[in-house]
Amino acid sequence: MRLARHLPVTTLAVAIAMSGHAQAQSEITVATVNNNDMVIMQSLSDVFEEAHPDITLDWVVLEENVLRQRMTTDIATNGGQFDVMTIGTYEVPIWAERGWLSPLDNLPDDYNEDDLLTSVRDGLSHNDTLHALPFYAESSMMYYRKDLFEKAGIEMTDQPTWEEVREWAGELHGMEDDLAGICLRGKPGWGENMAFVSTLVNTFGGRWFDEDWNPELNSEEWTNAVQFYVDLLNDYGPPGASSNGFNENLALFSRGNCGMWVDATSAAGKLYDSDESDVADSLGFAPAPVAETPKGSHWLWSWALAIPASSENQDAAREFITWATSQEYIELVGETEGWTNVPPGTRESTYANEQYTEAAPFADFVLKAIQDADPTDSTLKPNPYVGVQFVGIPEFQSIGTQVGQTIAAALTGDSTVEQALNSAQRATERTMQRAGYLD
Amino acid sequence: MTILRSATSATSAPRSVTGLRSAQSKRAIITVLGWSVALVIFFPIFWMILTGFKTETAAIADPTLIFSPTLESYQDVQARSGYIRFALNSVAVAFGSTFFALLLAIPSAYAMAFLPTKRTKGTLLWMLSTKMLPSVGVLVPIYLIFRDVGLLDTRTGLIIIYTLMNLPIVVWMLYTFFKDMPKDILEAGRMDGASTFQEVFFLLLPLTLPGIASTGLLSIILSWNEAFWSLNLTSSKAAPLTAYIASFSSPEGLFWAKLSAASTMAIAPILILGWMTQKQMVRGLTFGAVK
Amino acid sequence: MTKTRASGRTVGGLRTLSLQAPAVTLLLLWMIVPLGMTLWFSFQYYNLLMPGMTGFAGLENYEYLLTDPALWAAMGNTLMLVGWVLTITVVGGTLLAVLFQQEFAGRGIARVLAISPFFVMPTVSALVWKNMMMHPSNGVLAWLAESFGLPAVDWFSSLPLTSIVIIVAWQWLPFALLILLTAMQSLDEDQVEAARMDGAGPVAIFFFITLPHLKRAISVVIMIEMIFLLTIFAEIFVTTSGGPGLATTNLAYLIYIRALLDFDVGTASAGGVIAIILANIVAIFLVRMVAKNLED
Repeated sequence: MRLARHLPVTTLAVAIAMSGHAQAQSEITVATVNNNDMVIMQSLSDVFEEAHPDITLDWVVLEENVLRQRMTTDIATNGGQFDVMTIGTYEVPIWAERGWLSPLDNLPDDYNEDDLLTSVRDGLSHNDTLHALPFYAESSMMYYRKDLFEKAGIEMTDQPTWEEVREWAGELHGMEDDLAGICLRGKPGWGENMAFVSTLVNTFGGRWFDEDWNPELNSEEWTNAVQFYVDLLNDYGPPGASSNGFNENLALFSRGNCGMWVDATSAAGKLYDSDESDVADSLGFAPAPVAETPKGSHWLWSWALAIPASSENQDAAREFITWATSQEYIELVGETEGWTNVPPGTRESTYANEQYTEAAPFADFVLKAIQDADPTDSTLKPNPYVGVQFVGIPEFQSIGTQVGQTIAAALTGDSTVEQALNSAQRATERTMQRAGYLD
Repeated sequence: MTILRSATSATSAPRSVTGLRSAQSKRAIITVLGWSVALVIFFPIFWMILTGFKTETAAIADPTLIFSPTLESYQDVQARSGYIRFALNSVAVAFGSTFFALLLAIPSAYAMAFLPTKRTKGTLLWMLSTKMLPSVGVLVPIYLIFRDVGLLDTRTGLIIIYTLMNLPIVVWMLYTFFKDMPKDILEAGRMDGASTFQEVFFLLLPLTLPGIASTGLLSIILSWNEAFWSLNLTSSKAAPLTAYIASFSSPEGLFWAKLSAASTMAIAPILILGWMTQKQMVRGLTFGAVK
Repeated sequence: MTKTRASGRTVGGLRTLSLQAPAVTLLLLWMIVPLGMTLWFSFQYYNLLMPGMTGFAGLENYEYLLTDPALWAAMGNTLMLVGWVLTITVVGGTLLAVLFQQEFAGRGIARVLAISPFFVMPTVSALVWKNMMMHPSNGVLAWLAESFGLPAVDWFSSLPLTSIVIIVAWQWLPFALLILLTAMQSLDEDQVEAARMDGAGPVAIFFFITLPHLKRAISVVIMIEMIFLLTIFAEIFVTTSGGPGLATTNLAYLIYIRALLDFDVGTASAGGVIAIILANIVAIFLVRMVAKNLED
C-alpha cells in the first residue's frame, strides 16, 4: 500500500534525475494561505522531501490578507524572500504582465497539462502561457436544507431562479427557532460581499464598467439587483447579516441556522463532514440561482502556486509546484486524508475518478459550475475586463471594498439603495480618473 | 474611611467594636467588588481559553459551560507548526528590544527628570511625536533598507525596529516615574559623594523599581503583540508568535477553537510574566516609607 | 554639590546632553530617515503594482486624499473613537486603580486578571469579541440578554462604532490601570494619614490628594493611548471592515482602502504625512494640558 502510493512520485524523481540535473542541496521557502487544503499540503510535504532529498521546504503559512500584503511587498521590491507563492486568479495576470512571475512553459509530459480544466487554466495564463499552476479551484453554488424543504413541501428545481429563492426563503424563515430563510455575505470587502453581489448583478444583466471603463454602478440593473439583495436579507436573512463573511455564514449554516446559502463550492466538503457540521445528513446542492441571464451567475476563483522571477531556486521550486498540483498529489491526498479532502476543481481526471465522485456527491455540480464560468465573458453586455466576481485591474481591491461598504450601509438601512449606489458610482469614478482610465 | 489605607499604615486601628465591624464589612465589599470587576474584565479571555478546549462545532454552538473538553485543537495546532520555534523568537525579540530600550532610556530619562534644561520639554514631546509616524507609510522604505543590509527575516532586524519603536514610550514613562521621586533622596546621596553612576544604580533604580518593572512589562507586551513589522519583515526563521497566530486566524472554514488554543499558548508566557512582575510592581515600596 | 549649583546650567546642560545623546541620536535617525522618505514618496507617483508609472506628482497625492468626500466622516470617527476610549479608560482606570490599591484577599491575582486583556493581540481580541461575545445569535451577550427576556442586540449592525469603542476600551483599560496603579505606589501615605486625621472623607482624599498625585501619570496615559488610538486598524478590519457605510471608517482605515489595498505608496505616504499633521494638531491641545503637569 505504502509502496504503491509512493511509486509515482519516485518515478517522477527518477525521471528528473535522469534528465541530467545534478542539483546541489537547495532550501525553498513556500508562502501559502492557511486554508485547509494548503495545510494538508504542508503536512504531506514529507513525502516530497523523501522523494527529493536534495530539496528542503520551509513554510510560511499566513492568513489571506496578511499573506497578500507580505507577498506583494516582497515581489514588487524584488526582495527574493520566497521561492513559491500562493496567489489567486486575481493576481496572476496582473503580476505576470509586470514580469514578476516565471513563465511555466515546457512542463514535463507526465504533468499532463491538458488535464487541467480549461477555464481554470485560462485564468492563470498570460499571453497563452501558464504563470501559475492551479492548486484548487472553486465556483459558487447554492446549499439548502433538504429536510426543511421537504417539511415545507418545496421542490428544488434544476436551475432555481432568484425569484423562486425569495419565495422559498419566505416559507422557510422562522420555521424553526433561529432559522433564517437565507444566508448571504454582507461583510464589506472586495473578496467578501462584493464577490457575491457581483455575481448577482451579472445575472441581473449589469456590469461593473462599460467598454470605455465608465462605471455603471447606478444603472437600473445594479439598482434592481442590490434592492433585491437588501430586501431579501432584511426580510429573510439572519441577524447581523452586514458583518457576516464566508466564515460566519459557514458557521451559521453548519449549525442549522440557514435554510439556504449561496457561496463558494469549497464549502461543500466542510458542510458534508459530520465532524464539522450538524447538517451533513440533510445537505442539498443546487446551481447558483439566476435572474435575467445565466451569464456570470457564479464565480470562478482558484488558488495557484507560482514562482517569483526573483527566486534563486527556480528549478527546485518548479519541481515542488509540479508535484503539489499533479494528479499523483491529488491521489495521495485522497488515499491519506480521504477523498472529500482532495483539492477540487483543477483536473478532469479528478472528476473521472470514481472514488472521488462517490465520496463527494457534489462533484458534478462543482465541475459544471467551474466549466461554465467564463471570466472573459461574464456579463450580458460586453465589458472590457477579465473576471466574474472581480475586475482584473490593480485598482479593484480598493474600488470593491469601497463599494462594499456603501452596500453594507444600504443593508443596515443607514442609506437607501439609490443613495448608496450613487455614492459608490461617484467614488468609483474618482478612483478610475485618478488611475488614468477616465479623463 | 479606610479607602486609601495600605498595609503599612495599619497603625491607626479602629477604636470601637462597631468601627471594627464596619471595617470588616467594608473589607468584604471591597473583596467582592475587586473580584467581580477583575472577573468581568477577564471573562472574554476566560471564554477564549475555554473555547480552546472545545471542538470546532462546539465553539460556535450556543454558549454553555458544560461540554466535554478535548485537546483536539491543541493537537491540531501543535501538529501544524512548532510552537517553540515561534515562542523563542518572540522571547528573544521582546526581551532584547526591551533591554536595549531601557539601556538607552534610563540615562535619558534621568537627565530629563533631574537635570532639566530649557529644551527638555521640547525633546520629550518630539520623541513622542516620532511615534505618530504610521508604520504602513514607511514599510516600503524600511523593506528596501533591510533587503540591502540583509536584515530581512532576522531577529536582529526586529530588535532594532522594536527598540526604536518603544524608546519614546519607555523614556516618557521612566521620566514620569523619576519625576515622582522625592529630590532630597538623590541630593542626600550626592552630598555623600555618590557619582552619577552610583546615584543611578544604587539610589534611583532600586527606588523606582516598580516604575521600571511596569515600563519594562509594557515594552515587552508591546513588542510581543506587535503584528505589523513582525509579519512584514520576517518569513520563516525569525517569525515570532504573531506570525504563529496569523497562521490560525481567519482561514476558510471553522477556526475559532484552533485560534483560541493558539492564542492561549501565545499569551500564556506573558501572563505568567505579568503575574511575576506585578509582585515587583506593587510590592509597596513607597517613597513615603523611605523618608 | 555647591560646585554643581554654582556653575549651574552649563554643567547640567552638558551632563544632560551626554546622557540623552544615545537615545536622541537614534530617534533622530529613526525619524529623519523614514520621515524623509515618506515625505519624498508623498510627492511621487509610486505604486508597487505600476512599476512603469513614476515621476514627480506634485501635490496630486495630497489632493486625492484631501478632496475625498469620506475624509470628514473618517476624521469624525477617529475623534469619536479616540475621545470615547480615552474617557472610558482614564475614568475607569483611575477608579480601578483606587479599587485595586485596597487590601483584599487574592488581590495579586485579581490585578493580573484585570490587566490581562492588554496581553492579547488586537486581532485575536477582536475575533473573540465579534464571534463569541457580540454575535447576535450565539454570543454570550445575546445569551445574557435573552435570559433576562430582552431582545439580543445586533451589535455591529445597529451600534457599529459603539461596538468598536467597547472592544478597544476593553484592551486599553488595563493599560491605564497598570500605569495608574504603579503611580499610586509613590503616593505619600503620611499626607493621606494627616488628611484623615483632619477629618477628610474618602471622597475628599480622592479628589484632593490621590487625583492631583496621579495627574502626571494620567497625562502619560492620555498621550500614549492617543498615539495608538489614532491608528486603530486591526479591530475595525476584523469586525466591520469600516462599514456599514462609513460608520466605522477611521483615518487609518481610509488610508488603507484608498492607498494600501492598491499598494499606492505615493498616496499612502501622503496619507501618512496628513496623519502626522493631524496627530500633532490634536497633540497641541493635549500638550498644553500635559506641559503644565510637566513643569513643577
